[in-house]
Amino acid sequence: MVAGQTRGKPKRSVLFKLLNRLADNEAVIGYLFILPSLIGFAIFFAYPALRAVYISFLDWNLLSDAKYVGLDNYQTLVADERFWSSLRVTVLYVVWNIPVQTVLAVFMAVMLERFSTPVSSIMRGIMILPWLMPNVVVALLWMWILDPSIGLMNEFLKLVGIGKQPFIGSPAQAIQSIAAINIWRHAGYTSILIFAGLKTIPKSLYEAASIDGAGDLTQFRKITLPLLRPVLVFVLVTSVIGSFQVFDTVAVTTSGGPAGSTQVIIYYIFQQVFERRIKMGIATAASVVLFAILITVTIVQMRLLRSGESDLADYQ
Amino acid sequence: MTTTQQIVSIQMSKQVRARGGKMLAYLVLLALLFITLFPLWWVLRTALTSPTFVFSHTSSLLPVNPTTQNFERVLGLIDTSDLVGEGVVTSYMSTATLDFWVFLRNSFIVSSAITLGQTVFSSMAAYAFARIKFPLRDTIFFIYLTGLMIPSIVLFIPNFVFIRQLGWIGTYQGIIAPTFLMTPFAVFFMRQFFLGLNKDLEEAAIIDGATRIGLFWRIALPLVKGPILTLAILTFIGSWNEYLWPLLVGRDENVRVLTVALGIFREQTPQGSPDWAGLMAGTAVSIVPAIVIFLFFGRKVVDSIQFSGFK
Repeated sequence: MVAGQTRGKPKRSVLFKLLNRLADNEAVIGYLFILPSLIGFAIFFAYPALRAVYISFLDWNLLSDAKYVGLDNYQTLVADERFWSSLRVTVLYVVWNIPVQTVLAVFMAVMLERFSTPVSSIMRGIMILPWLMPNVVVALLWMWILDPSIGLMNEFLKLVGIGKQPFIGSPAQAIQSIAAINIWRHAGYTSILIFAGLKTIPKSLYEAASIDGAGDLTQFRKITLPLLRPVLVFVLVTSVIGSFQVFDTVAVTTSGGPAGSTQVIIYYIFQQVFERRIKMGIATAASVVLFAILITVTIVQMRLLRSGESDLADYQ
Repeated sequence: MTTTQQIVSIQMSKQVRARGGKMLAYLVLLALLFITLFPLWWVLRTALTSPTFVFSHTSSLLPVNPTTQNFERVLGLIDTSDLVGEGVVTSYMSTATLDFWVFLRNSFIVSSAITLGQTVFSSMAAYAFARIKFPLRDTIFFIYLTGLMIPSIVLFIPNFVFIRQLGWIGTYQGIIAPTFLMTPFAVFFMRQFFLGLNKDLEEAAIIDGATRIGLFWRIALPLVKGPILTLAILTFIGSWNEYLWPLLVGRDENVRVLTVALGIFREQTPQGSPDWAGLMAGTAVSIVPAIVIFLFFGRKVVDSIQFSGFK
């Protein structure tokens, strides 16, 4: 008893000292600061990412017991013509969306540079407006303008002497129309990013080049484009990742139709869970495939665009 | 002589080119203004047009037989069944109303909660990653960064299953939970600004006996007020515009947000053509928050993008 008491006292004060020292300890404070975010990341990012891989090996409809089926879901995917078609549609969308949007955004950014500061500032404010609007709202707005029979766009085309176009009503034009809608929403935002990149290029380079007799186009090709590369990498990588995940516009305007011509991969996944018989395994397997595609595309892009280097270093 | 002449002629041709460039730039400016703003005018014009005339006067630039009835209908100020009784309802018109104020409230609750939580907790984490030394710090941050690459749909399905297990389907917390504590983007974004802060101030404060928490609260936070406000705006806009996750978790009417409601309103329009006048009225009203944010913070958002976009 006596021994226990004497041992108890120093124990408590050791604990107290320990706590005191912990409160002063940088490492403990650091962990306390990141703790909430770590919990959020573990529960809603890391765990679900791993869980998705696990679910992709199951036959599961959320209600019944899950059954382990190995690679069956992946085999089903490979055999499903609609899955392949959704991949083709997605790639077609990316191929329409990215080049047009990027070229347009670079052009707009270069033009922005030529305005006086207040004009360019107001313009940038206005150009970001479509990006501030919900996707759903943008989709509805353009659905109305592109309506095949009474939409404004066909009235406009009539004025210019072009016949009525079906737009989202026909398999031949639907995915391009959806690309156009998203270009309208994102081109302004993208060009503001690129404009920010333009601002980092030293003016003296252009002055030196024009004394050497280089014209606008040469300057653009020899100075602007190479020095813009870090920004272009950022813009391309994020917009390509975003384009592969297009969903809202499709869900609101065409629901994958007509004739599956706008059934993009995310819409395919969505249908596996919510519109057909619930197939969690197939849906997550398709998600894992999409993830693999995105990682590959990102790495390839970064390699091709030599993202680790900056040409600006050569000039400084 | 020849060199001065050359320089003069280069300067002259530069001036001419600059003037030509300016003209081209202003033409482009006008085109951009038109392309950006005209569709928005078309929303308003259609929303103010009487439903009966939407299909007949399709090219009129002004509202036809102007009426505020569409707005009243959408906002639930008039009872659509009265219109049916009076024979006003045509086949072009949906009798569905948008329970607008409820959905607006829901959007506001959801977006505010996400913005508050995410901004606070991500800033704390970002500060630790930038300024405090602890074991595994850089490894943990790198793992966060890989989280940026995971497509959101990959996360949605397991998260949906998890939220369902918690019994949170059809609740605010179900919609809010996944992004309340952090997003990799928010941590990454704020870390850049904390990294850029001058260390001298903090060191001086340490000599004066400031604690770590004091340093964060009194010194670092006030210096990144601008970026924090920007992150808050970006987060608010992002969660206000979110469609798929609230569609999965919050289809129920009591927590339904505006984007989901608009999608459903469109599904409910009668057979044949959608009720364009009503839809555009709903669309117009739901753009208002974006316009308000644009008017108050437009410059701020744009400037911050300059700063953060590719660092």
